[in-house]
Amino acid sequence: MNQENNSRRDFLLSGLMAAGIGVAAGCAPKSPFETAVGDEVKASGKKIKLLSVDGEVIEVDEAFLKPVPHMPPVSNTEARIGIPGKKFVMVIDLSRCKNLKKCQSACNHAHELNPGQNWIKVDPMQEGEHTAPYWEPTTCMHCDEPPCVKVCPVDATFKREDGIVLIDSDRCIGCRFCMAACPYSTRVFNWDEPMLPAAVASQPYSAETSIPQKKGTVGKCDFCADMTRMGDLPHCVSACPNGVFAFGDMNEDTVTNGAETFRFSELIKDKAGYRLMEDLGTKPSVYYLPPVSRNFPFESGLENDKIQNK
Amino acid sequence: MENSASIADEKTINDLLPQKFGKWGKIWVGILVAICLVGMFAYYRQLRYGLVVTSMRDYASWGIYISNFVFFVAISLVGSLITAVFRLAGVQWSTPLTRIAEVIAVAAIIFASIIIIVDMGSPERFYFLVLYGRVQSPIIWDVIVISTYFFISILLLYYPLLPDIKILLRFKENTGKRLYKFYGFIGSFWKGTARQKKISEKAINILCITIIPVAFSIHTVTSWLFATTYRPGWDSTNFGAYFIAGAFLVGAGAVVVAMYVFRKADHLEKYITEDHFEKMGRILVLLALLYLYFNVNEFLTPYFKMKESERAYLNGLFTGDFAPVFWFAILVGMILPIIILLFKKGRKPLPVFIVGIMVVVGAWFKRYLIVTPTLLHPFLPMHDVPASYRHYFPSWEEWAITMGSLAGVCLVITVLTRIFPIIPIQETLNEQHETAA
Repeated sequence: MNQENNSRRDFLLSGLMAAGIGVAAGCAPKSPFETAVGDEVKASGKKIKLLSVDGEVIEVDEAFLKPVPHMPPVSNTEARIGIPGKKFVMVIDLSRCKNLKKCQSACNHAHELNPGQNWIKVDPMQEGEHTAPYWEPTTCMHCDEPPCVKVCPVDATFKREDGIVLIDSDRCIGCRFCMAACPYSTRVFNWDEPMLPAAVASQPYSAETSIPQKKGTVGKCDFCADMTRMGDLPHCVSACPNGVFAFGDMNEDTVTNGAETFRFSELIKDKAGYRLMEDLGTKPSVYYLPPVSRNFPFESGLENDKIQNK
Repeated sequence: MENSASIADEKTINDLLPQKFGKWGKIWVGILVAICLVGMFAYYRQLRYGLVVTSMRDYASWGIYISNFVFFVAISLVGSLITAVFRLAGVQWSTPLTRIAEVIAVAAIIFASIIIIVDMGSPERFYFLVLYGRVQSPIIWDVIVISTYFFISILLLYYPLLPDIKILLRFKENTGKRLYKFYGFIGSFWKGTARQKKISEKAINILCITIIPVAFSIHTVTSWLFATTYRPGWDSTNFGAYFIAGAFLVGAGAVVVAMYVFRKADHLEKYITEDHFEKMGRILVLLALLYLYFNVNEFLTPYFKMKESERAYLNGLFTGDFAPVFWFAILVGMILPIIILLFKKGRKPLPVFIVGIMVVVGAWFKRYLIVTPTLLHPFLPMHDVPASYRHYFPSWEEWAITMGSLAGVCLVITVLTRIFPIIPIQETLNEQHETAA
């Protein structure tokens, strides 16, 4: 049964999801087509085009299609490997940010974070006395040379094939060396028992959802690895009304903020994208576009900033 | 002639046998146990509620537990200094100090290990370090060298004890039944034959040689827990040597304090003489000068450059929030000891004892300054966090646990010196015979 489950997931992943269609044949834990046959669904005659596992376009009758239930959680081994062939990147356009913090609240909600915990922080930055201030949202940089992964004594935090750096909370011993090592101060510790709904707290931990957070372990931005596995955008990206965040796959050279899609290399070239603290050699996966020709004045974000920073 | 020598021997043995606790001894042990119990209660609370009972938060993610860990590792280095370095250098006068140094080393390294477990967010997963250990991580290096150092220190305490245990076993009526059994268990195989002596001599020599690189490793690796990060104040190539120099200083400070206390408490004026304080005073001056030198290196060049990323950190130390502690540690921990000990009168037992306390206290705060100010000066602003995250002052639980661990070290030292002679008896006798002949 497990075998079938896996093959169904593989089918979904490489076939349907790539085509961007959120429906598939069969949802019971049997073979994809058995259910439909067993339920004696009558063909409607209306055909829908799909992309098969082999990349061929096939036609399926609409009646055989059913909504995909929730993705079964991936195993720890799969979560540690990542999605083959992908290299996820994020581009944060500083000229569009007015510190609305929608990214932050969406992230906090999606990851069931406790009050005071923010995996996304929006910092007021000013490099020098006479330089312009701007708002800088920071996530985990998902470095290609991650200092946190280097220092972890038990392999609790790891770097995946697809570039995402995740945490295995069932492995973390809470030594906090990673927090000291991270120059971006991105990691957030669970100093006490997280307040979670019982249904959430009792779930087995998944490194891709980073849920549930556990007392005495470290948490941080996970690039919403569960969303990317489903082919969806991270919560911060879709929550931002100003399109500050663009997310995508470097191998495809494409990033999108949901509304607009860019060639990653061109975007970085045209807008002179850069990464934070390049001199440290951490090689982040998060790129920033400089705050030029801004959509909002810096001051427009000040009011919202006072809520958390008195 | 033969007779008078053995009478003198008996007198020496009588002087040096471990004594039962007197009234003050009992009070001392009682106080230590009480402090340890409070610390254990605080740790129970920490286990129950999590590290939230501490004042550590996301920025100051390490606090006085880690300072205390560095402090203990530092102190434990003295075992290798007094025992190994002096022995290999052929220094004779240090014989009465070797066991004091080894006992301090063992006690400190035990509590270094304990305090690091206390600092863990999920201590129940401690065995993961063995199960899933990544040898690339400096923490694993630390685990390896500290456990190695622990075993070498235990052996270096144990082997020279064997001839003394043989003597102790002669005094059945003085020792309690259980203690007598214990002596028999750990030392009855020692007959003191020429062959055994040769093996023991060899073993001790090997240990003395191996403990020096291991001792250097424990503190160098401990310094690398900081120096392998990018943080202002930690990103320094000076750190290994700086830590080792500081460690020898605080260790020597701890030894002179212990020397003074044991000398008074056990009336050992004949064995721990003024000359010992004089000589240890000279060593302290040398070590304090060395540590001061590394401090100048550590702070003067960054101060000269004032890199933007380090500016706030350095200003915090020199003139800001941490300035009182910083200058206290420099003045009381280094400069005043140097000045006092440069004078001959400053190297009398009481001044040396006071200087020893200054050095140890200064060193503790120095470790605090190594850990906390850096963490409170991250590269990116401390933003979108509760206001309490931007400062660090240890909670009562942290103080209680830290004090408990310090009391624990004193307790282990006290218990070990209750069981074993604080001054090696057999070696003292041998030296007396040599001088007589």
